[in-house]
Amino acid sequence: MLDMRQVAKVYRTELVETHALRSLDLHVGEGEFVAVTGPSGSGKTTFLNIAGLLETFTGGEYLLDGVNVKGLNDNQRSRLRNEKIGFIFQGFNLIPDLNLFDNCDVPLRYRGMPANERRIRIEEALSQVGLGSRLKHYPAELSGGQQQRAAIARALAGSPRLLLADEPTGNLDSQMARSVMELLEDINSRGTTIVMVTHDPELAARAQRNVHIVDGMATDLSVSPGLARAAHASAVEADAEA
Amino acid sequence: MFGYYLNLALRSFKRNRVLTALMVLAIALGIGACMTTLTVFRVLSGDPIPGKSGQLFYVQLAAESMQGYIPGEEPNEQLTRTDAETLLREKRGDRQALMTGGGVSVSPESADVPPFIADSRYASADFFPMFDVPFLHGNGWSAGDDETRARVVVISKTLNDRVFGGGNSVGKTLRLDQSDFTVIGVIEEWRPTPRFYDLNSDRYGELESVFLPFSTSRDLKMGRSGNMNCWGDSRGDETALNVPCAWIQYWVELDSSAKRDAYLNYLTNYSEQQRAAGRFERPTNVRLRSVMEWLDFNRVVPNDVVMQLWLGLGFLLVCLLNTVGLLLAKFLRRSGEIGVRRALGASRAEIFKQCLVEAGAIGLAGGLLGLGLSLLGLWAVRQQPASYAELAHLDLGMLLTTFVLSIAASLLAGMLPAWRAMQVAPAIQLKSQ
Repeated sequence: MLDMRQVAKVYRTELVETHALRSLDLHVGEGEFVAVTGPSGSGKTTFLNIAGLLETFTGGEYLLDGVNVKGLNDNQRSRLRNEKIGFIFQGFNLIPDLNLFDNCDVPLRYRGMPANERRIRIEEALSQVGLGSRLKHYPAELSGGQQQRAAIARALAGSPRLLLADEPTGNLDSQMARSVMELLEDINSRGTTIVMVTHDPELAARAQRNVHIVDGMATDLSVSPGLARAAHASAVEADAEA
Repeated sequence: MFGYYLNLALRSFKRNRVLTALMVLAIALGIGACMTTLTVFRVLSGDPIPGKSGQLFYVQLAAESMQGYIPGEEPNEQLTRTDAETLLREKRGDRQALMTGGGVSVSPESADVPPFIADSRYASADFFPMFDVPFLHGNGWSAGDDETRARVVVISKTLNDRVFGGGNSVGKTLRLDQSDFTVIGVIEEWRPTPRFYDLNSDRYGELESVFLPFSTSRDLKMGRSGNMNCWGDSRGDETALNVPCAWIQYWVELDSSAKRDAYLNYLTNYSEQQRAAGRFERPTNVRLRSVMEWLDFNRVVPNDVVMQLWLGLGFLLVCLLNTVGLLLAKFLRRSGEIGVRRALGASRAEIFKQCLVEAGAIGLAGGLLGLGLSLLGLWAVRQQPASYAELAHLDLGMLLTTFVLSIAASLLAGMLPAWRAMQVAPAIQLKSQ
């Protein structure tokens, strides 16, 4: 589903070069649930932005669902992002002026879907996350957990092949976090590939596979148990600092 | 997607009422000022005889003496009676007419209507068909009437209403300057703007009330008005034949460029002959200008109107620059939303379109308000003492222009903000929310 080979990202200014990713290799198979961990500044967000086609990369190769994304223009990248990828953000990123129905409608509009099909998909997606009765509610009228579920519904409405979640429970209390995590597991069980960036070792442990990013390079912890323990320790430390 | 973007624009207006109102007001003020001045300019600079202005030509000859001669200067703007009557007699154009303005006393038969002075035009027969003068009743006179100095008159609808109480007055008698004339035609409402055929009198004034044969007017020595340029001894009668005074306007109709060229040759030859005969002293210098060329040459649009137009356009530009700033602030304040939309599949082009639709909607609202301001501005213009003031009305064409200009201006103003909005980096916005 997601295949990155030797992917590099360098931010350049007149004075300095910053290597956000260095030769990152990562393969995520169809239907996998992968947690990506790593200390702050390790390149997790850059990885997620590149994976979500929100940023370009400066070296290597990236195949999304078999499509080599290098050299695609903005229209092609936007279309691919719209059709294949769903996003879940730590800050929910719902559009405050739109009610839940209209928020979920946004990606479908860009796909040019007929109104009737959009309505069916949105109602199904919101029902799936338990918000079927709140179509006309605005984000400000919902709790944090409900907003995150609405954001998940927005991602699901487009039937994405890949769900990219950036600290999806970072702004939620533990009970809501658990509920959102269960929802993600449920979505994954239905076949959607999920890549989740998290600081939370407990959440990471619930994923099928953990990938640790340090200094812009990824290590698959399922094949390096020693690194897994170190990653766990650094994550706990980061949590304590937070 | 247009409907979707329009819906989003309306939501955005509701969300930022004050900012939106400021932008609409800025566009409306600019459009109001611009359309007011543009309408006045258009009224004054329009084609007074559309469809035919390219076939009608004004004739100029350099008939003056060498006194005060400056090489390269324009020939006299009017012809002497001798030259005008000679050209008319030789009939080298499809149609031709000589003319001058004047004033006559009108003495109605009815005792209820007191005598009054009316503006008049003394012309030759082709005046009416050449200028497509519309008739309510009857017709103009014939070339035969010109030759026999017939006592016939064509009157305006206004005069017909005043003297005869309206209705068909053809065949009735009208007393002008102590002579009886038979009414042979009543002209329908007609007001060429500007009054191109004689720019020596009020260029934007109303149509003359009385039209009668030039030959008759000379026979009866009726009073004339307008400029006159004399360069020799007139022996006490500047309007007599063979007097060195230029005071007659001369128009000729030529329906092809070949005929125009031929007529220009004819004028040149005529001028050479007159030089050889000793009548013309200056080097041959003839002009043959179409209606629009003649209006341009005479700078018929008042300078203050041109200046007002530039001021109006400048004001619109200032308003647009303000709108650019306000739109920029509005769009970039929504960077977070733009980032989300980009993440959800909107391409840069879609963001650009969304912003432009919003700018266009502001332009439409600004156009509506601007239309009201234009009407108010034109009302203010009509209160001015200038003769063209009463002509300042917004017609359908200008009404549509108001909206087209308003939407185009707002789209133009929205280009830069929309371009900046589509450049928003989604990754940064999503993380910073």
